[in-house]
Amino acid sequence: MSCEINARGLSAVELGQRLEAAEGSVTVTECLGQRFVGAGMDGRRIRIEGIPGNALGAYLNGAALEVCGNAQDAVGDTMNDGEIVIHGNVGDTAGYAMRGGKIYVEGSAGYRAGVHMKEYAGKLPVMVIGGRAGSFLGEYQAGGILVVLGLSGRGPIAGNFPCTGMHGGRVFLRCRPEELLFPQQVTARLAGLEDLEAVRPYIKEFCGHFGKDLEEVLDAPFTLVTPDSRNPYRQMYVAN
Amino acid sequence: MGQWDIYPEFEVVRNEARCTRCMGCIAQCANGVHSYDEKRQALLCDDAKCVDCHRCVAMCPTRALKIVKSDCALRENGNWDGDTIKEVFKQAQSGGVLLSSMGNPKRYPVYWDKLLLNASQVTNPSIDPLREPMETRVFLGKKPERPQRGADGKFTCELPPQLELSMPMLFSAMSYGSISYNAHEALARAAEELGIYYNTGEGGLHEDFYAYGENTIVQVASGRFGVHEGYLNAGAAIEIKMGQGAKPGIGGHLPGTKVGADISRTRMIPEGSDAISPAPHHDIYSIEDLRQLVYSLKQATHHKKPVIVKVAAVHNIAAIASGIARSGADIIAIDGFRGGTGAAPTRIRDSVGIPIELALAAVDQRLRDEGIRNEVGLIAGGSIRSSADVAKAIALGADAVYLGTAALLALGCHLCRTCQTGTCNWGIATQRSELVARLDPKEGARRLCNLLTAWNHELMEMLGGMGINSIEALRGNRLMLRGIGLTAGELEILGVAHAGA
Repeated sequence: MSCEINARGLSAVELGQRLEAAEGSVTVTECLGQRFVGAGMDGRRIRIEGIPGNALGAYLNGAALEVCGNAQDAVGDTMNDGEIVIHGNVGDTAGYAMRGGKIYVEGSAGYRAGVHMKEYAGKLPVMVIGGRAGSFLGEYQAGGILVVLGLSGRGPIAGNFPCTGMHGGRVFLRCRPEELLFPQQVTARLAGLEDLEAVRPYIKEFCGHFGKDLEEVLDAPFTLVTPDSRNPYRQMYVAN
Repeated sequence: MGQWDIYPEFEVVRNEARCTRCMGCIAQCANGVHSYDEKRQALLCDDAKCVDCHRCVAMCPTRALKIVKSDCALRENGNWDGDTIKEVFKQAQSGGVLLSSMGNPKRYPVYWDKLLLNASQVTNPSIDPLREPMETRVFLGKKPERPQRGADGKFTCELPPQLELSMPMLFSAMSYGSISYNAHEALARAAEELGIYYNTGEGGLHEDFYAYGENTIVQVASGRFGVHEGYLNAGAAIEIKMGQGAKPGIGGHLPGTKVGADISRTRMIPEGSDAISPAPHHDIYSIEDLRQLVYSLKQATHHKKPVIVKVAAVHNIAAIASGIARSGADIIAIDGFRGGTGAAPTRIRDSVGIPIELALAAVDQRLRDEGIRNEVGLIAGGSIRSSADVAKAIALGADAVYLGTAALLALGCHLCRTCQTGTCNWGIATQRSELVARLDPKEGARRLCNLLTAWNHELMEMLGGMGINSIEALRGNRLMLRGIGLTAGELEILGVAHAGA
């Protein structure tokens, strides 16, 4: 079953209600800045034509969202499960605090992509960014996998201060470690074959979504960033 | 003792004539103060480990123990007091940031104690709550500015989502992690029985407590611990934590050592990993951004639940509250600088923020001046110690108050202010199972119910004395307050006249 919702003139609340009432897969056409599309939703597919507003797929709980265009800030904020595929760029704080599911961005991401991502038990969030990432990539990262491929866009693969406050998870960057400046509490090294095996399935899925050649994408040096400690602030305090 | 050791702050005094050597004190003290020396056949005390929590004192069957403040003090100094000197020693030794617990203990003015309530005499008869109905029910949420009528001329009675409280008190946010499972269960049970709410804090909601959802406020903080669709929909309201009175401007940090299996499941983070709540929400830089979070939460919960925004009382609080009221939030919670915490840097706790009394008065006045007071409910917290404080807070403009420290005291907390160690002998601020087991959740709930029921009775008596028969008639009614020993500036901010005027 599938249906179509024309979003022209609908408020975010109205669009939310229409999506709530719809069953099966839905195509939203003429989306123009409506926020919170798919917030908290599970078990359905939503294809969005146009540009959704901020907090697309916030608290997403298993639904699959596909955007045929750019998305704005806070894509997949506190996402629990599901999949978000963006055929374009995303704004700031994509994947903020996500703890499950996958986000695939064909283009680039703004500031603070993957900030405070976390994993737990069987949940492993993954975000693959095809282009470049802004500053503060993976800030406070507590788990999950962040991949930035640098296949499009210009300049360094990530902006300033990547992985600041990182205390869990892994970041893969398709570049050499010396190309970026990392904070003291993380280790950035050239990823080995074994390291790359762990992300290969996600990069493969990325290539599938956006028609890229997997071997070509993998045929480059990758940097793996991991935190030195899960307890980075332990030494800072004295009981009073 | 060594060169840099200071003589212990407390001394454990054992009355040997009363002591039966039952060894109970050794078992009771998780700090390891008491021990038995086989060779000398003597019970020993290491005073340096004592935190003055009074567990051994209370549990000693023959009342053989007491804890006294040591009179071995550094030379008296009005400027460099003993605590300050000890703090310098600690930091010179360790290089660490001083970490403390519970509310600001410094001698700042407590304005509750400088405000007096009114009572009726002669012209306006007082009301006897034992004889006449007295309404202490409160609805928290947006209220329409004026009655709305439909096309048929009849009243439209649909309101935005509200929280209904049987009395103007709620338990404030205390996370599972900072306090124990049993403490949470006691709060949840009491909230249900009293017809009020408890608050998960930012540590997620344990699977066992979803059953109390109707009496639960679920919190969303910058770390987003345990936040998912089911959690958001489990509670009666959602609270966005922007700040906390005990540590305005900084985040929280639950050390990995406290993140065991159960807490890991509830917070949805790996076992042993630090739970770091960054100071800011990374997506909030403005009121517009706050509005986005408010509405994303509303959207994820089908616009059925009120959203609370909690902030610390800071210098510009009136303008901040005005912004929050315009962000779409249903309720604002303001936490004063004496509010408690499981752990906060000492300097932040003791030096940052302002008293709730002044903040509350300023916020209520500002929202009235701007004609938006009805747009939001107002909860005041940060050291409400008695029903008189509750009455005064309501008269200063609060709809209801948050109780944290008072609730913990009802559960057995003796305010030793060492929650951060995780060895709470009263089973409250600890995750050690043998200590947690000391707190009986049912008994704890009974004590909480007792306390709040008693306060509610007192509140009714005070209301009746003023000739008022509902909370609504006291709210923001500053004519019922007079200041005592306050400066003109303080009186102006509080919006009250001096006693006698």
